[in-house]
Amino acid sequence: MSLLAVEGLGISFGELHAVRNVGFSMKPGEIVSVIGPNGAGKTTLFNMISGIYLPKSGTVHLGGEDVTGMSPHLLARRGLSRTFQNLQIFQAMTVLENVMVGYHLHERGPVIADLLGLSSSRRRSHEAEEKARMLLERVGLVRAAEKEAGSLSYGALKRLEIARALALKPKVLLLDEPAAGCNAVETEEIDHLIAELAADGIAILLVEHDMKMVMRISNHIVVLDFGEKIAEGDPATVSRNPRVIQAYLGTQAAEVTYAVG
Amino acid sequence: MPELMQFLLSGATVGAVYALVALGFTIVYNASNVVNFAQGEFVMLGGMITVFAFQAGLPLPLAVLIAILAAAVIGVGFNKLTIEVARGAPVVSLIIITVGASIFIQGVAQVVFDKQLHRFPSFSGDDPIRILGATILPQSLWVIVGAIVVFIGLWAFFTRTLVGRAVLATSNNRIAAQLVGINTTFIMAFSFGLSAAIGALAGVLITPITLTSYQVGISLALKGFAAAMLGGMGNPMGALVGGILLGLLESLTAGYISSQYKDAVAFIVILTVLFAFPQGLFGRSSMERV
Repeated sequence: MSLLAVEGLGISFGELHAVRNVGFSMKPGEIVSVIGPNGAGKTTLFNMISGIYLPKSGTVHLGGEDVTGMSPHLLARRGLSRTFQNLQIFQAMTVLENVMVGYHLHERGPVIADLLGLSSSRRRSHEAEEKARMLLERVGLVRAAEKEAGSLSYGALKRLEIARALALKPKVLLLDEPAAGCNAVETEEIDHLIAELAADGIAILLVEHDMKMVMRISNHIVVLDFGEKIAEGDPATVSRNPRVIQAYLGTQAAEVTYAVG
Repeated sequence: MPELMQFLLSGATVGAVYALVALGFTIVYNASNVVNFAQGEFVMLGGMITVFAFQAGLPLPLAVLIAILAAAVIGVGFNKLTIEVARGAPVVSLIIITVGASIFIQGVAQVVFDKQLHRFPSFSGDDPIRILGATILPQSLWVIVGAIVVFIGLWAFFTRTLVGRAVLATSNNRIAAQLVGINTTFIMAFSFGLSAAIGALAGVLITPITLTSYQVGISLALKGFAAAMLGGMGNPMGALVGGILLGLLESLTAGYISSQYKDAVAFIVILTVLFAFPQGLFGRSSMERV
């Protein structure tokens, strides 16, 4: 059975059908990429799946449960986590605290113990810190742990956002342009990280403009153009699809062929 | 010397009330970055509801409890009907909405209650206590202790509990807070309820000393705001110190210069803080990423 199932999803802003009748499904450990020219509706699709926008039509099922239009905090508790193209970081907290906040769902204890600073409460918070450091190690930010998040570079914040999302122990992770603004080395690191996470069984839904990366790591690709799904399939099939090449023509056709070739 | 001591004692009493109002500001500001100018109305409601419940024959402690709970419920409703509806509006618009709501609450209180001055008996009698040649009312001690207890409670709440941390996370970045599973709608409602309850407690404690009426809220909101600004908006420690400092300044001005200038002190403090150190005594200077 599929872990995440999207069916007939659509939304319009005024006269504009930003996304129309889009559907696909994902299994645990699968990497699915959503590609398409700028303005094709990729981020809008993400926003509907993750509860930021309420879809006009269609359904989203997570682990068999209908979660269409459910608010982000409830989705987070059900194992769906995401990052943003334009970053949503707690700027005023340290890097470590940003990740520790992600653990709070798993760190509940009696309020009284917290208020009095009992050892049980200190131990929980200590465990959260340990785990947060391990995640920072994983995304290569452990040295910046004590820095204020606002002072990090864009590429580092991207990885911090992934670490925070991982702290929630997600089953499905939506990554909106994780490699944007990263240099070649950082892109490769993210590339490896995504493959590792998928190997751990997390289903990864990816929006990414770096075609080489998409073609290399995706199991399955969904192509959007003007809000509609024009193709889907494995990287080789999709990149040979005439409609896909046409949609990208003039902008990224060369890149697509290059990546496959 | 006894004169100075007297000014200090009465200044500390008034200051403790300002501190309680400022602590109320702190909670809502921490959750939403909104300065809730209706905070003073909850102080008024605390006093007025206690007065009328007490006059209706309820024992004083029960009347106090009802007043605080009622204010908390009104605070939650206030958030539901004003701030939540306008979610997404700029912070300045939200602040103006709170000013409007404050006038509305005052109008309703005038109709539901009346326009008279009221009081109820002090908690521990009215025999003044002598300290170093000056005197202090037992009720003043209640006010000061009340402010300190609320401060300690809030400090522990914000630094130690998950809900407290969730309030801070919500103010820092609402979307990010939702992403990590924080129910930001609940956090907002909770913050307004808590700050209204603290405001009402301030009203209850001070009424036996200063009396209350439907219109005491506005001036208390302004003084509490000045105190919060002085201490640094959003910091419980700042609210406590700012409140007490403002109370002392007022009392010393009234004593040594003229009581006519007493109310001007708060405004001079606001202006000075805004010009010289907008982040206040304990506030963190804010940094914006571009």
